[in-house]
Amino acid sequence: MLAEVIRWSFITKQWSLIQTDLIQHVALTFIAVGIGLGLSVPLALLAWRYPISRGPLVGFSSLLYIIPSVALFSIIGAYTGYEASYLTGEIALVGYTLLILVWNTLAGLAAVPADAREASVALGYSKTATLWRVELPLALPYIFAGLRVATSTVVGLVTVTALIGLGGLGQLITYGFNADYYTPIIVALVFSILLAGLCDLAWVGVERLLVPWSRASKRAAARA
Amino acid sequence: MHFFSEVFTYFSTRANWTGSGGIPNLFYKQALLSATVVVAATLVGGGLGLVLGHTGRGGLVAVNAANAFRAVPTLALLTLLAIQPSISLKYNGFLAAFIALVVLAIPPILTNTYVGIREVDADIVDASRAMGLTGPQILGRVELPLGLPFIVAGIRTASIEVVATSTLAAYVSYQDLGTPVLAGLASQNTVEAFCGSLLVAVLAAIVAIGLGLVLKAVTPAALRKTSAPTSLLPGAVSARPQPAAAG
Repeated sequence: MLAEVIRWSFITKQWSLIQTDLIQHVALTFIAVGIGLGLSVPLALLAWRYPISRGPLVGFSSLLYIIPSVALFSIIGAYTGYEASYLTGEIALVGYTLLILVWNTLAGLAAVPADAREASVALGYSKTATLWRVELPLALPYIFAGLRVATSTVVGLVTVTALIGLGGLGQLITYGFNADYYTPIIVALVFSILLAGLCDLAWVGVERLLVPWSRASKRAAARA
Repeated sequence: MHFFSEVFTYFSTRANWTGSGGIPNLFYKQALLSATVVVAATLVGGGLGLVLGHTGRGGLVAVNAANAFRAVPTLALLTLLAIQPSISLKYNGFLAAFIALVVLAIPPILTNTYVGIREVDADIVDASRAMGLTGPQILGRVELPLGLPFIVAGIRTASIEVVATSTLAAYVSYQDLGTPVLAGLASQNTVEAFCGSLLVAVLAAIVAIGLGLVLKAVTPAALRKTSAPTSLLPGAVSARPQPAAAG
């Protein structure tokens, strides 16, 4: 039964193809999450510091979030050229990370205990220093939660870029669909989940390194 | 501008509004597919989340598994089901699209339901137990009403994702607003693709605003200012299921 569904010979024979797609998938994901992080954390910090910009920022990223990914690809494609362009794919993918990361960063900043904020004022920190040295570090667990969700989401979404000729593992999906062939689709599915799982573990590891107190306080909370 | 005049022409062409391929019918079919999916996912994900949240057992495993499910590419599931002979393109692709989208919609609903039930103040649960309420009564009369804002927020997030993603159903021949989007993409007709996506965005916005009002209605007034998860993506925050340091 399983032998009918998965032809292992495809995997061994086409391994170099799978490898190329996988590398492209990883590249598309990392670039999107990296740029998304680089844009959304500073934007969220600015929005926190100057509350008047909070509404427009959240509104704009919500708007990007509700436009279907295929649609974004085709609209952006009109300006960046329809050929398999990283630019087209990345603009859309980054757009999806924005809302998740902006929202989580703001939620993290909102969750900073008032005591900590007051203490930093009492110590003579300026508003900017408080934001940078007290509020941001305390918001890190929320930012990491956002990064985990954003990364998983992007790993899944990258496949849709196959419809504009990119796709990473998505190319295996369109190939399998057009050829009525299970194996490539299953390979793409399994590798996507594995990739997302590995990324998730990596983020948990980084969080433990950067935010050791979060674990300690969780343990203390569990004991209490 | 040239582009926008073409968009205007698209929307003012009578032929685009009539027949099975007309805008009203495509809009209706996208709404129908999305609604069916969200109802099914709420029954499965919400039910599971309630039980796990109430018993407090296996919840962390479920929430982490749900997070891993977010990475399942909908396109892969969709095509896999579409070439599977027993499902194939039955009901014009509805069945394949339905199953694939339910898998997409369950994680946010499950996570938020679980977190919503767990976040209920333990003192309140203890008090209701002391008053003699049974387990199911506590769940139905105490935990569910208090956790409802989280649950509705999860349903809202899932609904928006489902509406946007059901565009892909057109790839396995289900006729909805994805049809003009994909056709436009294939023929490099930006106007057609743009108009299709605009309509999807309108549907998503209606859903977001409508469920936002529901969310407001189920959030007790006292909670509205502080902890109410009113924005689009509270599910994202609850990816960290452990309640932060017990105050």
